[in-house]
Amino acid sequence: MTVGLFVTCLVDMFRPSVGFAAVKLLEDAGCRVVVPDVQTCCGQPAYNSGDRADARAVARQVIAAFEGFDHVVAPSGSCGGMIAHHFPALFDDDAAMQARAEALAGKTHELVSFLVDVLGVRHVDARLDATVTYHDSCSGLRELGVKAQPRALLSGIAGLKLAEMANPEVCCGFGGTFCVKYPDISNAMLADKTRDIAATGADTLLAGDLGCLMNMAGKLQRLGSSVRVRHIAEVLAGMSDLAAIGEPETAPAGPAAAR
Amino acid sequence: MQSTAHAFKDNVDRALVDDNLQQSLAILKVGFSERRRQAVERLPEFEALRDRARDIKNHALAHLDLYLEAFEAKVTALGGQVHWAPTADDACRVVLDICREAGARTVAKSKSMIAEEIALNAHLEAHGIEPVETDLGEYIIQLRREPPSHIIAPAVHLTKDQVADTFHEHHRKLGFDRRLTERPDLVAEARAVLRRRFQEADVGITGANFLVAETGSSMLVTNEGNADLSNTLPRVHIVIASIEKVIPTLEDAATLLRVLARSATGQEWSSYTTFNTGPRRPGDLDGPEQYHVVLLDNGRSSVLGGDMQDMLRCIRCGACMNHCPVYGAIGGHAYGWVYPGPIGSVLTPQLIGVAEAGSLPNASTFCGRCESVCPVRIPLPKLMRHWREREFEHHLTPAAVRQGLALWAFLATRPRLYRWATGLANRLLALFGRADGRYAWLPLAGAWTRYRDFPAPQAGGTFHAQWKTRRGAGR
Repeated sequence: MTVGLFVTCLVDMFRPSVGFAAVKLLEDAGCRVVVPDVQTCCGQPAYNSGDRADARAVARQVIAAFEGFDHVVAPSGSCGGMIAHHFPALFDDDAAMQARAEALAGKTHELVSFLVDVLGVRHVDARLDATVTYHDSCSGLRELGVKAQPRALLSGIAGLKLAEMANPEVCCGFGGTFCVKYPDISNAMLADKTRDIAATGADTLLAGDLGCLMNMAGKLQRLGSSVRVRHIAEVLAGMSDLAAIGEPETAPAGPAAAR
Repeated sequence: MQSTAHAFKDNVDRALVDDNLQQSLAILKVGFSERRRQAVERLPEFEALRDRARDIKNHALAHLDLYLEAFEAKVTALGGQVHWAPTADDACRVVLDICREAGARTVAKSKSMIAEEIALNAHLEAHGIEPVETDLGEYIIQLRREPPSHIIAPAVHLTKDQVADTFHEHHRKLGFDRRLTERPDLVAEARAVLRRRFQEADVGITGANFLVAETGSSMLVTNEGNADLSNTLPRVHIVIASIEKVIPTLEDAATLLRVLARSATGQEWSSYTTFNTGPRRPGDLDGPEQYHVVLLDNGRSSVLGGDMQDMLRCIRCGACMNHCPVYGAIGGHAYGWVYPGPIGSVLTPQLIGVAEAGSLPNASTFCGRCESVCPVRIPLPKLMRHWREREFEHHLTPAAVRQGLALWAFLATRPRLYRWATGLANRLLALFGRADGRYAWLPLAGAWTRYRDFPAPQAGGTFHAQWKTRRGAGR
């Protein structure tokens, strides 16, 4: 089975280790992973700003680059949701493009739900001695139904204890451009979220979307919290020895998992 | 009501530092959603009922003309009168005319968002008629001369102490001279004051949750019974409702009621569910002599058949605002007009113009929690996105945002150039020092770094650059 990896623009730019973790998890599960060079972003910044024309232009590029694979996987519910949930609606007036968008939408997945629901992965070999709390990023949760799958895999990680937040499904205040268009509202939402995180007593925060993670990590660190923030793919891939998001790196963050 | 939706950011600034408001919101954020969750858990068929409720409203909207005419015919046959009001002004004029004809000096009003939408109280007051709000929350904010901050809990922005102060200030002249501190005492005092006002009222004005075409009934739910006093004690009963409130049958009303209270307050039923069907008939023990229904359009018919029609399914339960983290942060007044929260962000640009209210549909993370609880499955994020698209088409989007998007799109559709640009950005960020793993400040990122650190990119270059080196060369 050949999987096209949609890296996402944030992983590409800020945290390549999430991409390499995704590659490792997919390859360990028996997939052949291809990373098309002709990929940039899913188009969400334009789509959510009302700029339909530019969103369509980017979507066309994604469709052309990825429609040849058996499956398309993104280490993000947000970008995965954009392709799997929103692309077809962008081509309401173009039946041919819409059919292609729908075909791609039908085989596009968020990473962890793909591992569990499509590949049937029930256990990954990894260890993390930590008390972890898991934030349900909005698009993955509500557009793609990502909820039980990450918890199922985390429950099999040696040394890991899960401590749920009171409201893990409430938005962290990131929202893409929202967090800089309305920084004060975003901060108020984020403050609720970090209080909820602190109340769990967890020492590690995980989620499946780098945008939300950078938002929450930045706030926790501004507040002087010692909670470490990681993408769930890194933990599942056994890459928890990397410096957490926003933490100083001791050694260069190499693609330890890339063979 | 004068809109301040254009000053949304200023409204937000005020709301975020209002301690009383924040204290009230802290309770609201947890209370409503928890009660709804429990109510839904007790009803296994709730999701199926949401589908049914959506279908009922969609059917009614698809045949709205038919059901409105059927409703009018029924009301007329019962001896009531239907008044068609294309605009808010028309509706105000009709209500004032009826009140004048009845020689009314005092009007008992039960809570109505349509009355807020058409600014009915101001209109009546300007013409010498005193409207008295009889819903406890509405009564409180009427005393304070404030608009509602929530569609089902109009005074939810206030603390108990604020209410105590308000009653003490206004009830003293009525002989209640002690400042009360306990909730039951405050309710009892309001009840005593309002009981007199009910008896004085010449006209009762209520809204309607649904209008039933089959029977010509208007249907109302309350938890205080104030609507029942408003429509039985006075001689004249006026129902004001917008046109999309009409549904085909009583059976449909029963279905919608099953999702309404659960979504709103987590109750299985509201305390009072009342059907008003025409004026008092010979032999009836009570009821008004006259029964009027004012049907307001106010731009709604122009939404029919378009890509925003879904907004007209709304049954005004308030679940979207109860679950909205943005509403939970800023409260209802910040939205600047009558309808707050996600549904307000969709309705308000329609009712008062997107140039005035364009900020509202932008102030959302599209987290989708509103849609996930909406009893009639209104795709609220999608509708907010439609408004953003209209703003973009009409060049209402700020120039800086448009320019930023244009540059981003130029790069995003040229992968090779994009690689070069991200590589450059990666190196530039390194210049600001990544030894700490994060930045407390970055140029052009002030909106982010005002409240949070910005995580530094990992060393070693972008994913694509690393991938090319490792895999491109290796395999």
